[in-house]
Amino acid sequence: MSLHAESVSWSRGGALIVDGVTLHPTPGATVGLLGPNGSGKSSLLRLMQGVMRPSSGVVRLDDDELGSVPRRRLARRVAVVGQHADTDMDIRVEDVVRLGRIPHRGAWGGDPTADAAAVAEALEQTGLVEKADRLWHTLSGGERQRAQIARALAQQPDELLLDEPTNHLDIRHQLELLTLVTRLPVTSVVALHDLNLAAMYCDHLVVLRDGAVVAGGDPHEVLTPELIAEVYGVAAEVRHDAARRRVVVSFDPTAALPAVGG
Amino acid sequence: MSSPAAPAARPAPPSTACDAADAVAVAVSPTEGSSPPSSPSARTTGTARRAAGRARAALTSASLGLGGLALLVLSVGAAVTLGPAEVSLVNVRDVVLNHLADAQIPVRVSEDAIVWQERLPRALVAAACGAGLGLCGAIMQSLLRNPLADPYVLGVSSGASTGAVAVGVLGLGGVGLGLSGGAFLGALVAFALVLALSRLAGGGHDRVVLAGVAGTQLFSALTSLIVFAVADSHETRGVMFWLLGSLEGVRWDDVALSAGVVALGTLICLRSAHALDAFAFGDEIAASLGLSVRKVRLGLLLLTALMTATLVSVAGAIGFVGLVLPHAARLLVGPRHVRLIPTTAVLGAIFMVWVDAGSRVAFAPTPLPAGVGTALIGVPVFVALLARRRRRA
Repeated sequence: MSLHAESVSWSRGGALIVDGVTLHPTPGATVGLLGPNGSGKSSLLRLMQGVMRPSSGVVRLDDDELGSVPRRRLARRVAVVGQHADTDMDIRVEDVVRLGRIPHRGAWGGDPTADAAAVAEALEQTGLVEKADRLWHTLSGGERQRAQIARALAQQPDELLLDEPTNHLDIRHQLELLTLVTRLPVTSVVALHDLNLAAMYCDHLVVLRDGAVVAGGDPHEVLTPELIAEVYGVAAEVRHDAARRRVVVSFDPTAALPAVGG
Repeated sequence: MSSPAAPAARPAPPSTACDAADAVAVAVSPTEGSSPPSSPSARTTGTARRAAGRARAALTSASLGLGGLALLVLSVGAAVTLGPAEVSLVNVRDVVLNHLADAQIPVRVSEDAIVWQERLPRALVAAACGAGLGLCGAIMQSLLRNPLADPYVLGVSSGASTGAVAVGVLGLGGVGLGLSGGAFLGALVAFALVLALSRLAGGGHDRVVLAGVAGTQLFSALTSLIVFAVADSHETRGVMFWLLGSLEGVRWDDVALSAGVVALGTLICLRSAHALDAFAFGDEIAASLGLSVRKVRLGLLLLTALMTATLVSVAGAIGFVGLVLPHAARLLVGPRHVRLIPTTAVLGAIFMVWVDAGSRVAFAPTPLPAGVGTALIGVPVFVALLARRRRRA
């Protein structure tokens, strides 16, 4: 069953930010979280990584409530990559990736062989073998995000939570990064802004508005002009490219609808 | 400028140069078949190269560690020979052997007194101060994610001075508290105030240094105020001690106190090396790596307050050691704390032993406050770090 949320809600200062969301990612699948700014995507991800406790409902890892799972054990199952990571340290790529081994250390040390193997594999999966000795500051934005994914992979998780990982990247690096994520042998939950990227890369989409799920399912079922109008308040045309099994969303700037709430 | 914190040589020019290589690494279209991220031969040589590199690194760090310790012992020995009264390295060895191993080597009584009662405890306290303040800087720079953080810049040393002066001069807290206790309370109050101020100012990583400047000024002023208000000429002279630091007249019980606390601090830091690494990319990633961020941060910041307070109560507020030494150590061994912690401690100890020896003999017989030497070296490094930070922003 792995990591899943059962009707979780979370409020801050009286406002309901996440409203009764249930999320059961299929193991190995890539699940896209969509929704306008402030719709609760990031908050849901933070609930699922256990840094915040839901005010009602429950997030479970297997059968255990997330709050009862020791942090270190959780970090060996669930890894997180954010929008943008940066550091002042002159740290090498390999050492960034090695950070992912911290949760695997016991009280008196780790297993150097297993650590080295996990780091090497993570570097290879992300195509960073050649850049292992490079300093963080010399990396491009795309490489930095890949290094963070490699760090997450070195944790050897079953689940990867990504919060708008492509936000600061140009289109080439956006495509590269999402290609990489979908190929990884883990369950990924990824918050995204770009509907076309979501349609291209995700097996399953969940659309949030005002913290609640308004749609969920296959990209071609979920992404309809009606839903886009309702959730984002924009007019859109949705074409189904049957040959390439792809959904293409194009927007009509002249027919922008009046803004909806949130 | 060839300061120890000048930026390390970069193996490649920044950002854009990497993009061409990127293109090979990951296939772009999700619909096409997978292409391996890198060629097998490149991978093998890469792995082999890294394994060889690791073996070399282990050897280097072992020899570096032993070399560093040997250099520290030699530095202490050499520093003890320096001063108005001539004492040779052999004399120093004999005196130490007499006291530690009961060797009963004949030495002059005056030499024994100068070495054992005066210069050796002083050199050892200097070493403890350098090591301890360096460690405090390394911890603060990691936890607060600010390369400019150190106990002096953040006002913790000033707060400890104020606390010690309040106990020593005003007699606050009665007999029970003691100078060290007062310094510890002062350090805690100052640290809490500076962190609260930086949060008030917006909580950015740069704010903490601004808040530290305010804290330093406030507590320095309070210290001066207390000393001048009580206005006994002997104690007024003491204000220099609390503001700039001095190792005049330290005794063996000072050695025991400072060395004991610093040794304990070093052990705790070494045990926390990986936790300190985990903060490199901020609290969120540290938490996602399984750390109890608040607990670890609170515990380690309390440790820095304890170390700073102890050292300030013994030697006054010596500035910039904590700022400079971790950067010098990073240039030598990189940012991983497993190596950074011991390197900073040894390097800091050696540095401070020589700075103190220099301050003793530079204007002999008038001793220079220890903080003058460290500031003369530290301020240019501070400026270099600021400039480098701006270039990167």
